Amino acid sequence: MDTIGLLLNTTLVFSTALILVALGGIFSERSGVVNIGLEGLMIIGAFSSAVFTYYGHEWGLGGASAWFGVLMSIVLGAAFSLLHAVATITFKANQVIIGVVINILALGLTVYLVKSLFNGSGQTENLSGIAFTKYNVPFLSDIPLIGDALFKAYPTTYLCYLLVFVSWYALYRTRFGLRLRSVGEHPGAADTVGISVTKYRYIGVLLSGALSGLGGATISLTTTYDFSHTTISGQGFIAIAAVIFGRWHPIGAAAAALFFGFTQALRFQAGLFDWSKSIPNEFLYMLPYVLTLLVLAIAAGKSRAPAAVGEPYDPSKR
Amino acid sequence: MGQQPIVAELKGITKRFPGIVANDNISLQLRKGEIHALLGENGAGKSTLMNILFGLYQPDEGHIEIDGKPVVIDGAGKAIELRIGMVHQHFKLVKPFTVAENIILGNEPTKGIKVDIKGAGERVRQLSDQYGLKVDPHVRIEDITVGMQQRVEILKTLYRGADILIFDEPTAVLTVQEIEELIEILRALAREGKSIILITHKLKEIMAIADTCTVIRRGKVVGSVAVKDSSERQLAEMMVGRSVNFQVNKEKSKPGKAILEVNGLTVQGEHGKAVVDNVSFQIRAGEIYGIAGVDGNGQTQLVEAITGMRQASGGSVRVHGQELLGSSVRQVTEAGVSHIPEDRHKHGLVLDFSVSENMVLGNYYRAPYTRSGILNYKAMDENATKLAAEFDVRMSSIHTEARSLSGGNQQKAIIARELTRDPELIIAVQPTRGLDVGAIEFVHKQLIEARNAGKAVLLVSFELEELYGLSDRLAVIYEGRIMGQMDADEKNEEQIGLMMAGNALGSAASDTALRQGES
Amino acid sequence: MQAFNKIFTKQETYVPFVAIVLGLLVGAIVMWLGGYNPWEAYGAMLNKIFGSKYDFGEAIRQVTPLIFTGLAVAFAFRAGLFNIGAEGQFITGMTAATWIGINLDLPWFIHMPLAVIVGGIAGALWAGIAGWLKASRGVNEVISTIMLNWIAYYLANYMVRVVMVESGQNRSKDIQETASASMDWLVSILDNARVHWGTLVAVLCAFVFYYILWRTRQGYELRASGFNPDAAHYAGINVKGSIVKAMMISGALAGLGGAFESLGVFKSMAVMNALPGYGFDGIAVSLLGGNNPFGIIFGGLLFGFLSYGSTGMSFEADVPNEIIRIVIGAVIFFVASHGIVKWFLKPFFRKRREERKEAA
Repeated sequence: MDTIGLLLNTTLVFSTALILVALGGIFSERSGVVNIGLEGLMIIGAFSSAVFTYYGHEWGLGGASAWFGVLMSIVLGAAFSLLHAVATITFKANQVIIGVVINILALGLTVYLVKSLFNGSGQTENLSGIAFTKYNVPFLSDIPLIGDALFKAYPTTYLCYLLVFVSWYALYRTRFGLRLRSVGEHPGAADTVGISVTKYRYIGVLLSGALSGLGGATISLTTTYDFSHTTISGQGFIAIAAVIFGRWHPIGAAAAALFFGFTQALRFQAGLFDWSKSIPNEFLYMLPYVLTLLVLAIAAGKSRAPAAVGEPYDPSKR
Repeated sequence: MGQQPIVAELKGITKRFPGIVANDNISLQLRKGEIHALLGENGAGKSTLMNILFGLYQPDEGHIEIDGKPVVIDGAGKAIELRIGMVHQHFKLVKPFTVAENIILGNEPTKGIKVDIKGAGERVRQLSDQYGLKVDPHVRIEDITVGMQQRVEILKTLYRGADILIFDEPTAVLTVQEIEELIEILRALAREGKSIILITHKLKEIMAIADTCTVIRRGKVVGSVAVKDSSERQLAEMMVGRSVNFQVNKEKSKPGKAILEVNGLTVQGEHGKAVVDNVSFQIRAGEIYGIAGVDGNGQTQLVEAITGMRQASGGSVRVHGQELLGSSVRQVTEAGVSHIPEDRHKHGLVLDFSVSENMVLGNYYRAPYTRSGILNYKAMDENATKLAAEFDVRMSSIHTEARSLSGGNQQKAIIARELTRDPELIIAVQPTRGLDVGAIEFVHKQLIEARNAGKAVLLVSFELEELYGLSDRLAVIYEGRIMGQMDADEKNEEQIGLMMAGNALGSAASDTALRQGES
Repeated sequence: MQAFNKIFTKQETYVPFVAIVLGLLVGAIVMWLGGYNPWEAYGAMLNKIFGSKYDFGEAIRQVTPLIFTGLAVAFAFRAGLFNIGAEGQFITGMTAATWIGINLDLPWFIHMPLAVIVGGIAGALWAGIAGWLKASRGVNEVISTIMLNWIAYYLANYMVRVVMVESGQNRSKDIQETASASMDWLVSILDNARVHWGTLVAVLCAFVFYYILWRTRQGYELRASGFNPDAAHYAGINVKGSIVKAMMISGALAGLGGAFESLGVFKSMAVMNALPGYGFDGIAVSLLGGNNPFGIIFGGLLFGFLSYGSTGMSFEADVPNEIIRIVIGAVIFFVASHGIVKWFLKPFFRKRREERKEAA
């Protein structure tokens, strides 16, 4: 692969998790629930996939082990987000605080379990050889540059792009999407036409759990090949930024996530360019955060969050 | 009407909220094709009753019959199923959605898994034509007028096949013209056999349109009467529970020199359009200057620009000749301006502060309440005790949170604070909104006393009766422009109605009015 | 933020206590499910905290930064702001103080106080960025402080790794002896536990916190802006100014915590592998303390002791010490969802009511 192709390819790989988690964030926020706990849900996903891929292999699932891991990350991510949903929707707890709690609990619980399962070791067994490998799309991957950049990626990356489209279609073309968005914009309006605010908010939060779990899985299964307490360090928060940056729209958020993925790829491939070698790593690392702040400062007034996001729905306060 | 069948009947409905009985054994019959008014003061329990009929609340006692059969309405979905529709006072519309999307929400036609927006649009257009509503299905709610939004709400109920339509204070947000159009729509609906419940506290509307009127006071039914056998005065007495004096007693004003002079004041809105457009007027000492207009025509922005809460883009605001445009709120206060704000919960009070702390909001920083940066709670408490006695603010203690006071007492607390600051100019916006009759009389008396004491008063209200009763001079605002002003003695109600709908004074008569206004 | 508001101000006082019990219970269940003996583990925890003079001193050392960050979060909250960025402000304060500690040559009575003050100022300025972004650009402080946390983290790592580095090591040079904030006499009494003046300053800060908010004009303005910015604006209060001020005071508190952590405990700074978490724990502490400055001292003691004791759990009872993060997470969860706590207690209350009825 040539330099540019490699850089773009790395961008694609790094942005996969961010896009998936951002999609999750969109479903949750569009239904009116702020989810600061995306980071924690990713941790659950990364942990589940690392553990269950390993055990799947032990149990003789062979090539399907990684997919088994992915499935478990989705299921357990959704299950963990249920905690968020019950507290914030049913018990009307503050959404931001519960998000913080999710993050604390997820990290504590997973590291605790890793140490319990792997005899005190701080990380899971290495998954090289069991986890996903890159898949070259026939013919398309032979196109110069574009082939390198787009068509030599992990199966999860292709899945991710499919999900961007599916999410967009679901949100903007289906009955489900119309209702979900109405619940986030004006729960009172939805309630008075017989739509259950509670049901759609639960769905929104559970989808954020499932997608964040999947996003976390792509990191253990395509980047780190194991899980430890540093596997997920801040990606969930960048995904939140991508949601806001992308104006709560699946395609916008995917574009934002791609951009963040690009800055990460840049630091990963920093050695490729002469000019980038002179920049200390830390400055490359902080780039996505600085850029997000700048964009927020410039565009904050213009981007519009779902009107009812962050507020528990209380029908007696109509 | 007697021979028409009963379509809905509420029997012995009781609903309690912590501390109050909102509905106390209320019964009501609704017949097919009738317009049934539900009359009562703010807080009498009208809305609670209708929310029960619409399934949003559950009654503690009593039950509902639809077409003679007892039903349990446990949610809006069930109400819709029973062909009950409600047009809420605060519209239940999703602003970024289109008209069609709002109408079909919860009942979406689909093609495969895709929502059939095109089909929905056609259905909406068809319904709109049937009732003469002239609604475009594919524009966004945030881009259409309030009157149009209300029609969307009506279409929402019709789309669901509602036969019983509940309207909650439907005219509160409309212009005179729009009200007339709405009345036509309501008549057309009744002709088609729909039964309508109209919640209102406006007697004129009831006389104009309703067949039957049920009056509620403090959660109880006072009586049900046929409107044609009744009179405005009779209904008013039923509503309030005693004879009502529509007239506010006041002597003719003896205006002094100009206190407030507003010249060419312009405020830019969010979309670059002027929301206050080249407004000029002056108020003299010892007079009440009323500004009439439908809600949302720039009144809020005008007041905020005068009080320094909002930036104006041009013009001049002088108090006692001192230019205040561009000054901070603090500087405006210091210049002798008091402000009884439109929204007492948003602006007037810090609900989590004690009454005592609230009574110094706006002058907490002055001695004796603050000395060299340190608060003096003793002085604050003394002030609060004094004001509470003087203005009859009732509460368990001056240390209770303002939140726990009733609406009337909260308003009294604000008025006490603002009037005792010894202002030159008092700006009162909707000062009696949501108050019961007794409290309204109290507030009116205070404002007139202030005027008699030589203060200048700017009164902004959406209630024409209030403006007619209090104002010495009267102006009408429409889309941020003053359409005309006149002496209150020489007001022409028809003309005011026209101005509120955007027709400027053009006749010779209006020129005289304007000249007199300026004299 | 309205709901957030209520949690802090309206919760019944029993909620935190019930939440602690429930949190410990959750921890016990998790340990039991994992095949550990919770009884033994909690015993080991208590033993670790109170077992020796050294350990007790170290536990107090662990509590101190939590009081600082707890106060920081609470102060911002009282002005209507959710400062998730105490983490970043702590790091910034720590870095600035360390730099002063390393690079200046001054007599101790100037050097140490100066380093502490510069740490506080650095934290204030860092938080001030978020305050300014909110006041002038309307940027939600939750998002901006999250971003600022990471920027502070990388900036600090750069400072340690490149600017202040002890060559060949993964940490900075040691601070000068004159910048040390250790309470040397107490250190020797407590068998070299790293106790420092920061603990006293933290308690002092709780009093200052109280005095500013409830006894000064400034505090009236901050509280009014926090409860109802519209009404504050109406009352002639400079709400935007209040936002910046509140954030800066909040950041200063966190920054002081960071300064003492370096000057009093580590005497240098290491390259971080992950956010150290003091600020996030501060959220927990402020929640538990009901946002009351004195409640926060209590909350800080609880969480500091739990965290310190957890190392004993892994050593003596072989339980992974992450269990305590689960306990802490569960406690905040129950404090925040006090509806759940009440739901748990409902049968209990009902029973008591019935008993009372029977007695009557």
